[in-house]
Amino acid sequence: MLKGFIRSLGNTSMPYTYLDHDADVGIRASGASVEEAFEEGAKAMLNVMWDISTIEERRNVSIECEARDVPELFVEMLNEILFKQGVEELAVARLKIDEIKRQENGRYKLKGIAFGEPLDIDKHAVKTEVKAATYAGLRYEEKEGQHMVQCILDV
Amino acid sequence: MSEKPMSVEINKITPYLWEIPKKGDMLVPGRIYGDEETIQSLLKDVEEKKGGGFTPAIVQVLNVAMLPGIQKASIAMADIHPGYGFAIGGVGAFDLDEGVISVAGVGFDINCGVRVLRTPLDREDVEAKKEQLANQLFRDVPAGVGSTGDIRLTREEIDEVLIKGAEFAVKTGYGFPEDLEYIEENGKVGNADPDNVSKKAKDRQFKQVGTLGSGNHYLEVQYVEEVYDIKAADAFGIRKNQILIAIHCGSRALGHQIGTDYLQTLAEASRKYNIPIRERELVCAPFKSPEGQRYFTAVNCGINCAFANRQAISHLTRKAVQHVFGIDMRDIKLLYDVGHNTVKLETHEVDGKMKKLLVHRKGATRAFAANRDEVPIAYRDVGQPLLVGGTMGTASYILCGTQKGMEDCFGSAVHGAGRAMSRERAKRQWRGEELIHELAEKGILIKSRSRAGVAEEAPGAYKDVDKVVNIVHNAGINKKVAKVRPLICVKG
Repeated sequence: MLKGFIRSLGNTSMPYTYLDHDADVGIRASGASVEEAFEEGAKAMLNVMWDISTIEERRNVSIECEARDVPELFVEMLNEILFKQGVEELAVARLKIDEIKRQENGRYKLKGIAFGEPLDIDKHAVKTEVKAATYAGLRYEEKEGQHMVQCILDV
Repeated sequence: MSEKPMSVEINKITPYLWEIPKKGDMLVPGRIYGDEETIQSLLKDVEEKKGGGFTPAIVQVLNVAMLPGIQKASIAMADIHPGYGFAIGGVGAFDLDEGVISVAGVGFDINCGVRVLRTPLDREDVEAKKEQLANQLFRDVPAGVGSTGDIRLTREEIDEVLIKGAEFAVKTGYGFPEDLEYIEENGKVGNADPDNVSKKAKDRQFKQVGTLGSGNHYLEVQYVEEVYDIKAADAFGIRKNQILIAIHCGSRALGHQIGTDYLQTLAEASRKYNIPIRERELVCAPFKSPEGQRYFTAVNCGINCAFANRQAISHLTRKAVQHVFGIDMRDIKLLYDVGHNTVKLETHEVDGKMKKLLVHRKGATRAFAANRDEVPIAYRDVGQPLLVGGTMGTASYILCGTQKGMEDCFGSAVHGAGRAMSRERAKRQWRGEELIHELAEKGILIKSRSRAGVAEEAPGAYKDVDKVVNIVHNAGINKKVAKVRPLICVKG
């Protein structure tokens, strides 16, 4: 577990929001830990692609990635979800993060599991494909125990 | 990121061209095509976003003006709006020795572009069988989130697609050899090395050749409403009332993955080579560095993949039209195919001398003038066709390149109307179902499996395409040839 990040008690659903951006979609998510903020961010992205409430969690895939800092790790995580669900032809509803760890070489590593089921265009009320998560508008902040992360998705 | 409050000095050069003088760390001036209203709206973005939020488009133009090796000016076309790193509509040309190559100057949908087919049909022919044609196209051309096609490729074949582009598609029965003459770069760029494309990217491509994708991608059946330039229209083989079919799509997930992979590689390279980066997304590497060369040879694979994809879709389209109207597939000709998310080696005049440059176009189209060798022989007297996509409810345009465009903006053009409103706001303002009904009353059939996707693409969420096209026409950098209107739109 990343030092200084304390998981909140219970499973209070933390919010995510969409930010106005002319061409693409900006997402902002927050949580009581970096893991929670990241998980909410994943939901925010997935809900751009389809209605996540329509997805039954019948399949899961592991998600692993690493980056030099926390904000870039957020983008890597989103892109890894896009990759995994793309090749597996899944609609993912959410990501459960097992750990985010700072490694000896200073880089950050994330491990988690994405839950979803085979993509069904009609059942999942598909919206728009996300081509990639980008570094544009990328921000990560920690203030008084609240973690906030945001970036722009290319759609 | 531009966090501190700033003011931007901008001077009117002509009613359609504005210049931000070279100042501070800028190596060249910024030049933006637009009218008074375009500029006011860009400046308003800077005002409103002072102190936080996303980087405004005008600041992105300035940031690109600071990149090493940039030539002449950091340019933005009239459909300028905020992008990531580069503004959408951005054009940046770089010296090969001192310059950089940037992921942000190409984007994630590598070689996304527009191709137009011209048919021997008239508007009346399609009006009589409109529903049938719409259904056939919707059935035959895979579209939408996660869409996959019937084409399956082996690992070796994927590498061949990445090297041979549209030529591979033609060789495997998707289209005719003469099509290749009418694709930018003849449908295949060199310097493409599949070894520099990750396994992940290739894995994602496996089932996606010949699919449209989603978002603003579409297949549209259109009729020619007005011809402005008879000589050019004759050369392009188009006449009033004729049915054209436009295909807008890119390199699908393979391209997205190349962009994603190299975002991290070039972010590291930016730090390694001490390139001054004003926005995190504007990552780049010196063009001649190992990282720069790896990205360049990978991006060229993405470019070829998009050419192959549009070639495969053309074949599916031709088959659908043949099925409905009983005409020979060979009578449906390719007018042109041109990308708008690219980086290319091109020769341009700099300080009175011809010089080889690396030209990035992010949401901007190549627009070469008459007599350039890159223009197909049949069009060489009039210039390269440009295909400017409008929206589901409005006109699209066919333009051609001009000599002034070659001199002023490296032979570049607008690529579309340009968004004026976010997707979220569009979804709050319109409902997909109602829009489909309204457009049907105007004689435009929309086929899509995503109602939300239709709302996001509402014509009202875009800038006025007529105005955008008039700006570049009046500025003299592109020339109007014909205006077309949609009859059927298949959306992802």
